[in-house]
Amino acid sequence: MSNGILVFIEHRDGRFNKTSFEAVAAAQNLGRELQQSVAAVLLGSGVGNLAEMLAGYEVAKVVYAENEKLKEYTPDGYTDAMERVVRQLDPQYVVMPHTYLVRDYAPKLAARFKKGLISDCIRMKVTDGNVRFTRRIFLGKMDADVVSEGEPPTFVTFQSGAYRADQAAKGAGAQVETLQVEVGDVRMRPEAPFQEVKQAVDLTKADVIVAVGRGIKSKENIALAEKLAEVLGGDLAASRPICDAEWLPIDRQIGSSGQTVAPKLYIALGISGAIQHLVGMKNSGTIVAINKDAEAPIFDIADYGIVGDLFEAVPVLTEEIRKLKA
Amino acid sequence: MKIIVMMKQVANKDAILRVNKASTWIEEADLSWEVNESDGYALEESLRLKEKHGGEVIVCSMGPQRVKGVIKDALARGADRAIHVVVDDLNQFSPYASASVLAEAVRNEQPDLIMTGLQSDDYGYAQTGVIMAEILGLPHATIVIEIDASAEKLRVKRELESGWYQWYTMPRPALLTIQSGISQIRYATLKGIMAAKKKEIKEIMPSGEAATLQPHQRIERIYLPEKQKQTQFLGNGDAKAGAVALAEKLRNEARVI
Ligand SMILES: Cc1cc2nc3c(=O)[nH]c(=O)nc-3n(C[C@H](O)[C@H](O)[C@H](O)COP(=O)(O)OP(=O)(O)OC[C@H]3O[C@@H](n4cnc5c(N)ncnc54)[C@H](O)[C@@H]3O)c2cc1C
Ligand SMILES: Nc1ncnc2c1ncn2[C@@H]1O[C@H](COP(=O)(O)O)[C@@H](O)[C@H]1O
Repeated sequence: MSNGILVFIEHRDGRFNKTSFEAVAAAQNLGRELQQSVAAVLLGSGVGNLAEMLAGYEVAKVVYAENEKLKEYTPDGYTDAMERVVRQLDPQYVVMPHTYLVRDYAPKLAARFKKGLISDCIRMKVTDGNVRFTRRIFLGKMDADVVSEGEPPTFVTFQSGAYRADQAAKGAGAQVETLQVEVGDVRMRPEAPFQEVKQAVDLTKADVIVAVGRGIKSKENIALAEKLAEVLGGDLAASRPICDAEWLPIDRQIGSSGQTVAPKLYIALGISGAIQHLVGMKNSGTIVAINKDAEAPIFDIADYGIVGDLFEAVPVLTEEIRKLKA
Repeated sequence: MKIIVMMKQVANKDAILRVNKASTWIEEADLSWEVNESDGYALEESLRLKEKHGGEVIVCSMGPQRVKGVIKDALARGADRAIHVVVDDLNQFSPYASASVLAEAVRNEQPDLIMTGLQSDDYGYAQTGVIMAEILGLPHATIVIEIDASAEKLRVKRELESGWYQWYTMPRPALLTIQSGISQIRYATLKGIMAAKKKEIKEIMPSGEAATLQPHQRIERIYLPEKQKQTQFLGNGDAKAGAVALAEKLRNEARVI
């Protein structure tokens, strides 16, 4: 009978992806609640040292699935290898971090078991052995409690930040089990990852950031935010659609595909607060949001909020701050 | 090149969402609808590939009759024909069931390329395209932001996290999930709207094993998220008064200016 929890560990260039340990924390949590053991799985070639490091966590064992074809990540390679590991271990739950890499192959893996993922969860609750996973829907405007039905395994991914990596418990030293897995045809050939441009602006050091989103409406209107940034002695930043439209250069983008910042003051103007934006700024000291939609998810993490038109609020705010600073 | 674009209709971004009586989904009755954001970019990219390399662009959407809105708009922008998988309630499908119904709907077309958006704005599963690829036996790439189809093999640029990118090469046919912002989206012209009226929209019913599959996950309840922070709302609906109060708070309470 299926039993236990398998947690997937991601790595690149000899280093763990830190969200893997958030997944470990989630898996350990689930294991405790269900009184089931947790095994960690690492795929790769020549990364035995990483497997040894993983063994330092509180897990029943580390499965290191090895094959030359797993040296570089490909969806074909990872799916084949993971399918074999899952079939061999027969876990009840497979827990993964909701990273770009997992998004790329995990649905394919789940499809081999004729199911999908319960994806991008933000928390879970166990009652009488039944697990209820909560995920955000409608771009963060609603939460949904989801239950798994039918045969195990249940494939779950957790959103970045749902669990804390530093809460992954360390253990006395788990056993590493190395498996030589079979991997079939790999159809895609990856080239070396690269960064587009050397970042010209380093927003990570800014004390004050004024960020604009699609609510700013046009390129010309950005001058409004610029004036506010100026009186505050801060930097201008933006959500992704603003950079996509080239109203501001891409090195001013905040979020999962841009920069991660934590200034003392972050002012979000006309930004809805999609999770991919929030992960880049939620650790800021004081967060201010000006948005005409009272239900915008940005208000979930704002210290101060103005529900209203930014075109009315921003000139007044700029003037008031100018007076205070004079 | 024969390209199929998967396009989903979703609630308008600005729509006020109300939870239904049973708390299992939103009240859909008087919502306004629009095309899922990344699907619009998938269509644009398909049209550009067709302009460059010739061929045909077929739109496929699953949902109730209202999704004809998305289909007609796509035809007006330049798609050649459409397949409408008629389903009254998308909620009955799990991600796997939905993806397999869509896979069966396009299988016989034998496309060179299938494009989907990277994620739906309502369910946000981020998996339909990848599952479709597995069911159809196609190689895939996700979060694609550039496509080079000039050679025999496809070469695509994928976005990785934190400003990193990677190129992938793969054989055709293939499935790609497209990231928003990949290119500037065209509008429908009047001429396009007129031409669309003569284009074929084929209605089909869900078929294949998946149409009868037991769901593997079920939404029990939906609700407004709990706030993580106690937000002080300022101005009480008056944006200017709010701004005055905010400046004062930032100075004397938060002490950040
Ligand atoms: C894989 C992936 C990676 C991504 N990476 C990033 C990333 O790094 N960074 C990022 O930001 N996004 C990223 N996104 C996109 C993200 O999901 C959202 O689409 C994006 O953040 C939305 O930007 P926005 O808030 O500016 O626009 P919208 O969501 O359109 O919000 C605009 C807001 O402005 C408000 N508004 C409109 N007019 C006014 C007015 N007059 N006054 C006040 N308020 C007004 C509206 O109420 C609305 O809340 C990514 C998405 C994916 C799937
Ligand atoms: N009902 C549908 N009709 C057409 N395409 C769909 C449908 N559901 C999902 N898709 C496609 O799959 C993508 C990803 O959706 P999801 O897996 O729900 O995040 C969307 O961007 C669409 O391109």
